[in-house]
Amino acid sequence: MVMMSGGVDSSVAAAMLQEQGHDVTGVTLKLWGGVSDSGCCSVSDVEDARRVAAQLGIPHYVFNFSDDFDANVVAPYVEAYAAGTTPNPCVECNRTMKFGRLFARAMQLGYDAVATGHHARVVAAPAGLAIGRGADRAKDQSYVLYMLGAAELACTLLPVGEITKAEVRARAAALDLRTAAKAESMDVCFITRGGRETFLGDRIARRPGAIVDRAGGVVGTHDGIDAFTIGQRRGLAVAVGERQYVVDIDAGSGDITIGPRADLLRDSLTMRDVTWNLAPPAGAVEVQARAHGEPASALVDGCTVRFVEPHVRVAPGQVVAFYAGDVLLGGGIAT
Amino acid sequence: MRPEAVEAMRPFFADSFANPSGSHAASRVAKTALEEAREVVAAACGAEPHEIVFTAGGSEADNLAVKGAAWAARDRDGRDGIVTTAIEHKAVLGACGRLEREGFRVVRVAAQVSGVLDLDALGAALDERTAVVSVMLVNNETGTVQPLAEVAALVRERAPGAVLHTDAVQAPQWLDLSVHASAADLVAISGHKFGGPKGAGALVVRGDTVLVPLVEGGGHERDRRAGTQNVAGAVGFATALRVTDERRADEVARIRQLRDRLEAGLARSVPRFVANGDHDRRVAGVIHAAFPGVEAEALLVALDQRDVYAASGSACSSGSIDPSHVLLGMGMDRDRALSSVRFSLGYASTDADVDLALSVVPEAVEMLRTASTS
Repeated sequence: MVMMSGGVDSSVAAAMLQEQGHDVTGVTLKLWGGVSDSGCCSVSDVEDARRVAAQLGIPHYVFNFSDDFDANVVAPYVEAYAAGTTPNPCVECNRTMKFGRLFARAMQLGYDAVATGHHARVVAAPAGLAIGRGADRAKDQSYVLYMLGAAELACTLLPVGEITKAEVRARAAALDLRTAAKAESMDVCFITRGGRETFLGDRIARRPGAIVDRAGGVVGTHDGIDAFTIGQRRGLAVAVGERQYVVDIDAGSGDITIGPRADLLRDSLTMRDVTWNLAPPAGAVEVQARAHGEPASALVDGCTVRFVEPHVRVAPGQVVAFYAGDVLLGGGIAT
Repeated sequence: MRPEAVEAMRPFFADSFANPSGSHAASRVAKTALEEAREVVAAACGAEPHEIVFTAGGSEADNLAVKGAAWAARDRDGRDGIVTTAIEHKAVLGACGRLEREGFRVVRVAAQVSGVLDLDALGAALDERTAVVSVMLVNNETGTVQPLAEVAALVRERAPGAVLHTDAVQAPQWLDLSVHASAADLVAISGHKFGGPKGAGALVVRGDTVLVPLVEGGGHERDRRAGTQNVAGAVGFATALRVTDERRADEVARIRQLRDRLEAGLARSVPRFVANGDHDRRVAGVIHAAFPGVEAEALLVALDQRDVYAASGSACSSGSIDPSHVLLGMGMDRDRALSSVRFSLGYASTDADVDLALSVVPEAVEMLRTASTS
């Protein structure tokens, strides 16, 4: 059962599996019940997925998981921003929807495996199956799949992880798929044109407060902590000599602390919900704290990551993934 | 489609494509065909030919009826009340929602667990300011027949002057409209529900019922629906309706036998099978049932894979399933609504179809129940 979002990657994933001889069924998830012009679950994307499935001659279904999506992805997203943290809704969607409810339904219906269009690989490491980086390093999405355990990996296929994005588009064009030249979705699928602040502003009372410098001096005000993320530079309406970054968010007082980049550097970070798909190694691992961030060398000790070199502060709520080379070992969520 | 309807339509795609409103010989051929079709539809509905307005289907007919009658009443004497049921088709509910946003008072009467609307609640909702009452004849999900004659009696007594509309889109296969829809001022029907073409429907507009048109223009359909008529569609629609009328008694008896065999078989072989709606109030071709512990969405996939095509809830524009407003409107809880599936039988259904369903449904339900508890 291939999850077809209506984009080019999952279209080609379905085509590749069919070429490999699998008996393929396409499914598109209806996740967001609200208004969305651009989201991955809008009607035109469902239509694209349906048309590609028809072109490939495979069955296609739409599953309506919008209630669960609201409870498991959207509500925690809003709560996280209200608490001054930075959620990763795509990770929660993969965890609870794609590899949660959809995975369970596919197994229930007797499918052998589920597949997606993620640029990542399932690799056989000596200690067992693991997620590996996609062949196209610039498009690698292994980070957002860090939560997949042995049970899911044994029944997961990620065919486009073996090829580059350029090859994906070339294959789509060669097959004359209508999604071949379709633009990539970049934003959170349920956020509409109004942007994040409008979306959050409709759902939570905004919490205005002071913008303070490292010494505690008030240098400005802001309309709501939900507009800020640790490490953010944009949107700071203060004129200070050196470039300023958000270095702390105090959800209690509503204060945003800013400072120069040096103030963001940390020797360590702490995490919650740490999982290891492969056994933790004795020495250093590479730690990646953003979807397309550069990995940094660090030691992981329980729920603490100790960086070899100081590392910019990771916003609480973000996934921290551990790698050995191209193999994902595990991860946690920054606190 | 019924082969007779296909054959009747064929000449109007190629040989006779003139505009029925023209004045030359070719137009007269088209006009004659259109008016003959109108006579056939009128006869089937117990109406006069001039009381038939051809539309592009049931949703348009429902919208023309509800909005057109409400606007006309408001213009005439300021009436602002709309009374309908919670189990109507979305075409009626959507039109009522639009009128509500325009300032009309809309009451949506609930149904009982039998699937039949609550007549006491309907009676209580009627008053002298009621402009339109819209109650369907046969529900499109449960197949339950609504007591239209009793509704009409209540309307005439408590809301004299109100227009009674019935969405009879699901009815022609099962009921003689000249009898069962005779109490309504407005009756909506749609071709593809009885073997006619999609995109062809009609609204019966009885007597002096006044409608404000949705589409204005060249005065077609006696100023009630502008636009060059779909001659092929009207001819196919009328032919299918005539054939349906002629064969109704035989077809309904045969389909009822098939349906009852399927329903009894499912009740016997599927543990915890629960039929929705009162069996004796349902038309002959519908089984609507809950399969507790099974998600309808998954069951439909499992059945599709085994060549049994069932349905659940109502399809939204993206093809996904929302919990049925009809079942919720009967007071059913959400879990039961989401585990409910409809099996529909029609004139084309066979004994072999029933055999297939009986061999496949119990196994699919069992598979899903086992997997979801393991």
